[in-house]
Amino acid sequence: MIKFKNSEITPENIYKNRRSFIKSIGLGAGSLAISTIPFVNKSLASGGDKLTSYKDITTYNNYYEFGTSKSDPYRNSKTFKTTPWEISIEGEVEKPIKLSMEEISEMFVSEERIYRLRCVEGWSMVIPWMGFSLSELLSKVNPTNKAKFVEFESVYDPEQMKGQRYPVLNWPYNEGLRIDEAMHPLTTVVTGLYGKKLPNQNGAPLRIFIPWKYGFKSAKAIVKIKFVQKMPTSSWMWASPREYGFYSNVNPNVNHPRWSQATERIIGEGVWAPRVKTLMFNGYGDEVASLYTGMDLKKYF
Amino acid sequence: MQKYLKPSVFILSTIPFLVILYKIFLNKLGPEPVKEITHFTGEWTLIFLCLTLSMSPLKRLTNLSVWVSFRRTLGLFVFFYATLHLLTYVGLDYRFDWQPILDDVVKKKYIFIGFAAWLLLIPLAITSSKKMVKLLKNNWRKLHRLVYIIAIFGSLHYIWLSKTIFFKPLIYFIIIIVLLAFRIKIKNRNVNYG
Repeated sequence: MIKFKNSEITPENIYKNRRSFIKSIGLGAGSLAISTIPFVNKSLASGGDKLTSYKDITTYNNYYEFGTSKSDPYRNSKTFKTTPWEISIEGEVEKPIKLSMEEISEMFVSEERIYRLRCVEGWSMVIPWMGFSLSELLSKVNPTNKAKFVEFESVYDPEQMKGQRYPVLNWPYNEGLRIDEAMHPLTTVVTGLYGKKLPNQNGAPLRIFIPWKYGFKSAKAIVKIKFVQKMPTSSWMWASPREYGFYSNVNPNVNHPRWSQATERIIGEGVWAPRVKTLMFNGYGDEVASLYTGMDLKKYF
Repeated sequence: MQKYLKPSVFILSTIPFLVILYKIFLNKLGPEPVKEITHFTGEWTLIFLCLTLSMSPLKRLTNLSVWVSFRRTLGLFVFFYATLHLLTYVGLDYRFDWQPILDDVVKKKYIFIGFAAWLLLIPLAITSSKKMVKLLKNNWRKLHRLVYIIAIFGSLHYIWLSKTIFFKPLIYFIIIIVLLAFRIKIKNRNVNYG
């Protein structure tokens, strides 16, 4: 396993060539040995989806802390300071801890994880993240038996984040997961993308990514992770409980009041490309459907 | 001078259309081009709607009747951009796949009201000619008051599709309300004024 360093920079073209080289080795054991990616989407493995360009991933973002238009985060996050950075893990735990970004990159090995990102607005990307399972980080604290949910709090800094000067959402941005969702190996702590350090507009220095949920569940620039007893009310649930539920699993059968969720547009495919069908749990059903056995997903949307 | 004004308004009104064509064929629309086209044509529909509604207040404010002579051209461009907007959504985005489109119209209030606004534009576009004005007489005036409803529908369509309360949809809403309020005043003072 290759340890990912922030200084390590791979240009996109080399990056893609390397990937096609890995693919060209074949479908045998060779590719398995090289691949350190445990949960690559099956359609990806068979070459169905192609990576979204670095440019699109880093210039087309929903990150309201830096402004509400898609190009705002790229423009307004350039001078955002991510050092020093500390993350506090607290709440219903035996030993709350605080970790600096340096400590985190010492303790955990980031690996390439290619996941599909499905935005609630009906578009999608395929992103080669760098990161590790959140469960590894959470295992550093022992939650008490009262802990049922995990709450994520993003940074609050209206000086640097001009979007936070307006009450678009109730700042700081807040998200949450059930403990079993948070501990699921697909739930990733992201530290980079395309083999590079995570750009500010994508949630630097550290964000989470939950591939089977709509993008807004994956909170950016996290400063606090808190184990709690009660289901947290996320920022979007505050803004519009009718439109945004706690679970927000990608589900083509449950429509958002303003967007059909049955289909999606793939970013970068151009003006003449058709929509494609959205998959249940964003295509990760085999891995995560068991988390929701017996639950009415229309009710718990 | 006078005789060049109307053709100039026509030519100026085609500029947004030429801009979007240029952007489509030179690939200048960014990562989500279809959405860009939808938003672009939608916003220009609202702009032309505001312009159309500004003509009689302008006539009153400036005492120049030339303003109202642009109304027909501007109004027809409202219909033109609204139709492009609808076609982008129905054709380019959903590929005439009627099932999800019908679902949208029935289930989503912003699509329902937007579609209703477009339907209401049709009789106005059909009866826009001078011949029709003469033929329908007083009824023409009554019929064309539909534009007030269309304007309110159009601005609500924009407000309801926005994710949280944003600045721009509200600005259009306020402009439209002001333009409509102007008419209430006019009517109270002068009954003969349409």
